[in-house]
Amino acid sequence: MSGPLLKVEKLVKHYPLGDGIFNKDPKVVRAVEDVSFSVEAGETLCIVGESGCGKSTVARLLMRLVDPTGGRVLLEGTDIASLKKGELRDWRRRMQMVFQDPYSSLNPRLTAGQIITEPAGNFERLGRKKRETLAAELLKKVGLAPEIMHRLPSELSGGQRQRLGIARALSLKPSIIIADEAVSALDVSVQAQILNLLMDLQEETGIAFVFISHDLGVVEHIGHRVAVMYLGRIVELANCEALFAKPIHPYTEALIAAAPVPDPTYARLEVPVEGEVPSPVNPPSGCTFHPRCPLAVERCRIEVPPLVPAADGRLVACHVRATQ
Amino acid sequence: MAHISDTLTSAAAGRQPVFRFVRVARQRALVLIGGGLLLLLILLALAAPFYAGDPRNIDPFVRLKPPSPEHWFGTDHLGRDVFARAIYGARISLTVGLISALLAAGTGLLIGVVAGYLRKFDNIIMRIMDALMSIPTILLAIALISLTGPGIGILIVAVALPQTPSVTRLVRSVVLSVRERSYVEAAVCGGARLPKVLWRHVLPNTIPPLMVQSAIVCADAIMTEAGLSFLGVGVPPEIPSWGNMIASSRLYLATAPLTIFAPGIFLAVTVLAVNLLGDGLRDLFDPRAKRRR
Repeated sequence: MSGPLLKVEKLVKHYPLGDGIFNKDPKVVRAVEDVSFSVEAGETLCIVGESGCGKSTVARLLMRLVDPTGGRVLLEGTDIASLKKGELRDWRRRMQMVFQDPYSSLNPRLTAGQIITEPAGNFERLGRKKRETLAAELLKKVGLAPEIMHRLPSELSGGQRQRLGIARALSLKPSIIIADEAVSALDVSVQAQILNLLMDLQEETGIAFVFISHDLGVVEHIGHRVAVMYLGRIVELANCEALFAKPIHPYTEALIAAAPVPDPTYARLEVPVEGEVPSPVNPPSGCTFHPRCPLAVERCRIEVPPLVPAADGRLVACHVRATQ
Repeated sequence: MAHISDTLTSAAAGRQPVFRFVRVARQRALVLIGGGLLLLLILLALAAPFYAGDPRNIDPFVRLKPPSPEHWFGTDHLGRDVFARAIYGARISLTVGLISALLAAGTGLLIGVVAGYLRKFDNIIMRIMDALMSIPTILLAIALISLTGPGIGILIVAVALPQTPSVTRLVRSVVLSVRERSYVEAAVCGGARLPKVLWRHVLPNTIPPLMVQSAIVCADAIMTEAGLSFLGVGVPPEIPSWGNMIASSRLYLATAPLTIFAPGIFLAVTVLAVNLLGDGLRDLFDPRAKRRR
């Protein structure tokens, strides 16, 4: 196998608004527009952006929880976006997901052991003994005591529950895990523990992550590369250090400037980004960021900026900054 | 101040075993009373041959007699024993009520899950259900029975069919909310096949509301059966049922009131028992209702 582990090409997802029986031209929510990126084995790609920018939709598209409107998702060279449901099942083993809410992502009626061994049980028959061995092994991997396997989710803390979610994802020994806001529902101290757990797992097993978050602090801690999304499009894709050191796209700049810094003497840079995120039902023409952008010129209103390589090899979609 | 001391004493009372027993018993009282009454009626109906006379035995010499040691509730216009007929009538009512409730619950569960989870069929199924709901229960049942002629089997179907839409709607709404929970999506990501996702992650959530709804459906079914038998389209007239007893005795209300009151009271008590059971189950399953009490 050559090429990247996961390659996403021109992924598009439009959600129709209402049904189109009586409505000749139904409006659509342009949740994801023309998103392309790739993930190498053992790498962490972070996707950041505000609420409603399409991050979670990308995660759901990658897992095929929703079918894309267009584009391809190549996992080890196979386009899983076009597979039939039956063929898809086998590919699910290589790509797993950790969900945002550790409360709703675990079935309250099943014990921890049942929850984390269920995926493995879908592909091979597990006897009682085998299931318990597997459960203990998985629990150990995520830093939990094996006794926990007999508990119900309601008897566990948020951090413990999220560890179960990770153990469940590991159950099939995937080569890539999609983590959709995997730590945002947790306390900050627990967040750090979970992030370190993920990084340790990556070091041990060489697993790749697509880590979706709105928290720049978290992204800076865990990411190798970062994709910044705005209104369904990637506006900047760069190495983590480079991005935080010198953001190129004005939106990235504003996002980083707006993130809180744990230093009371730090004077915040005021970046003039005004207004609200426009509706993805009726996105602005040209560059979707132009109505809020301090640098916008006439061209931004007309032409969608392509994602082009900048000087240091990162990709930026900005008419003004990309050529500088 | 009075309010504070009130809460203090009731909090203290909650810790005493005796008071806790009373509180729990009150929560479950409805279930116990309703269920007990229903169980008693079922046992009475099952054991009928051991203590009640022949409900079909016609004796023209003892027509419309008042209660006596031989005929506890007196006799009807053909000299048949009213007590025996009321007890045997329970068999019909309970059979039709329970089986059609089961049938409606089962069908509704199946259709509801399909409509709620496989959204492709949702619109078609729910419009058919809406159409079914718009037809009056008794009218729909009469139409069905007139297609095949009277019989217990068709009666059960005719009573169950109009009840199916309410169960379907309930199950669908529960499934719609559950399918969005991320543990269901996690199961799909984990490679679980559709039947397993439904059986293990979706169906268990529908059971509590389904049980409550089934009790309501059962009470409704018993009433519908009585109504149909009263109109003469239910069970054949030679089989005693509360509905046809009331129908045939209504001309003798003045001379032999028990001939009409006996089946009427049995009917009322049965429906009451089932409703109490349903209310009790709802309180047990709904934590908010419990706190309000």
